[in-house]
Amino acid sequence: MTSGTTVIATSDLAKHFGDVQAVAGVDFDVCDGELFGFLGPNGAGKTTTINMLTGLARPDAGVIRIAGIDCSRNPKAAQHLIGVVPDESNLYPELTGFENLSFCAALYGMRQAQREQRARELLGMFGLRDAAERKFAGYSKGMKRKLTIAAGIIHNPRILFLDEPTTGIDVAAARQIRQLIADLSGAGTTVFLTTHYIEEAQRLCSRIAFIVSGRIIRIGTVEQLMRQAEGRHVVEFAVAGGAAGLCAALAGAFSHLQCQALSEGAVRVDSAEPVRIGPVVRFLEDHGGEVAEARKVEPSLEDVFVRVTGIEASAMKREKEKAGASA
Amino acid sequence: MKRWIAVWNILAKDMRSYYLKPPNISWGLLFPLAWTGMFFIKSGAELDGVRGLLPGLVSVSVLFGTTSMLAVTVTFEKKGRSFERLLLAPIPLELLMLAKTSGAMLFGVANAFVPILMAAFLTDLSGVVWSAVVPAIVLIAVASTFLGLFIAVSASEVFEAQTLSNFFRFPMIFLGGLFFPVQHLPAVLRPLSYALPLTYGADVLHAGFCARGQMPLGLNLLVLTAFCAGLFVLSLRNIRRKWIR
Ligand SMILES: Nc1ncnc2c1ncn2[C@@H]1O[C@H](COP(=O)(O)OP(=O)(O)OP(=O)(O)O)[C@@H](O)[C@H]1O
Ligand SMILES: [Mg+2]
Repeated sequence: MTSGTTVIATSDLAKHFGDVQAVAGVDFDVCDGELFGFLGPNGAGKTTTINMLTGLARPDAGVIRIAGIDCSRNPKAAQHLIGVVPDESNLYPELTGFENLSFCAALYGMRQAQREQRARELLGMFGLRDAAERKFAGYSKGMKRKLTIAAGIIHNPRILFLDEPTTGIDVAAARQIRQLIADLSGAGTTVFLTTHYIEEAQRLCSRIAFIVSGRIIRIGTVEQLMRQAEGRHVVEFAVAGGAAGLCAALAGAFSHLQCQALSEGAVRVDSAEPVRIGPVVRFLEDHGGEVAEARKVEPSLEDVFVRVTGIEASAMKREKEKAGASA
Repeated sequence: MKRWIAVWNILAKDMRSYYLKPPNISWGLLFPLAWTGMFFIKSGAELDGVRGLLPGLVSVSVLFGTTSMLAVTVTFEKKGRSFERLLLAPIPLELLMLAKTSGAMLFGVANAFVPILMAAFLTDLSGVVWSAVVPAIVLIAVASTFLGLFIAVSASEVFEAQTLSNFFRFPMIFLGGLFFPVQHLPAVLRPLSYALPLTYGADVLHAGFCARGQMPLGLNLLVLTAFCAGLFVLSLRNIRRKWIR
């Protein structure tokens, strides 16, 4: 659905907070109609980047252009074109769902009849019609997230920024939200999405940037990124008696293997050469593990992410889920 | 046009969410009523004295009515992050903050009329120069609202905003010439009086209610207007520096 026109362009964008270099010179372009993903762990600089692009934070350096408008000096210049869904719901707890949407529409200058119609339409689309007259404070987490997304698109923005839209909500609600994002993108909205779910980025995004410690490590379409996995060999071992603790030892003993613990009882190894299963199984068993199964699997985007960033995807997910549960 | 739809709705939402809520209406009314009642009782049967108390009572009602509301409408919304929605809206920051503060100004002006209405029942208010009193009330409301905004932007917690407000409010009651003329203050404190916006507003009220102004009316209104502009510009600068950082 992309037309090739660049609608978001940054160059050398940087931002620090005290000693922390939150964003350290990022460059990327997003084309009209594209669904672009920013994938990275906690503290990578995803939210800071969105804040700079949307006018909530001032960059220390760099250039931002939104739909051709230079927003580096005047962050308000392009705000009429964008919708923002923050990582935490920021609607008014004392207003009902309907009132919240109507109010947000008014902020973009929509007239009363138009805003009420649009609010009703979105409440229906997000399955919140029955909760329309209930106060936002009493919504469940998933409902809050949906209404926050609805508020972000109330004025039919040309560009939508979504900061971790599916973190901390249940599987069914997350699936629904992913479908809504895909539909929005299908209808021509440019979407800038941050996430720490690799599968989510892979499934939804046309292009992905891996961001770690404020830097973009890799950027490309899913196919381009997956090409880095070509010729790689991946084997998963199911280990009774716990495997997570053996990962480091395994990597130490077999320097050509990249190891990551998928769960307490599963290890995934990735190598440029075919993996000789025998020595690995013997090593695991000698160190107290009992290997129940070993199978070759197709390399995934997750393997690419782990290899280029050195970050264990499962650790990233666990950390996030903890943060989501405590939020 | 689009901007005015936004501005009107920001004001209307604040009115519904905060100002027209029963606790605030009653607080807004009760507080000036209590003050006024207390002073009127103390001044006893001498009803002529009632008029002399009005400048102070009106100023205090406006000051407390406005400054206390900003801690909620601004600091509380900032903490709850809903303020970000406003910062993301395509409205210039100046207009946005005017929309966000206009409710408090109206609330302040309404509060000012509580003691005036009470006094109207107790004493004859003929001869009051309304053409001085009304602009003074409006300017005091604007100046104290922007003082409240300045404080609200400096604080990150509601209680912090309230504590900080008291730090400004109580000295103003005593130093602003509200209940006794600035000339009665010790000479060392007098310069401080002239650094406070309320001093100029109260002086106009003294002139309007009982023809006891100390400074020229025009000068008072001019200085008060300058305070309004200064506090607004300072608050905007702080918002840009602290909240869009
Ligand atoms: N307002 C702030 N004050 C101080 N430090 C900040 C501020 N905002 C962000 N940081 C720091 O900047 C870095 C990047 O933070 P940012 O929120 O952009 O990361 P993120 O990728 O969105 O992380 P998460 O996945 O946890 O949301 C972090 O080290 C964070 O602590
Ligand atoms: Mg974030």
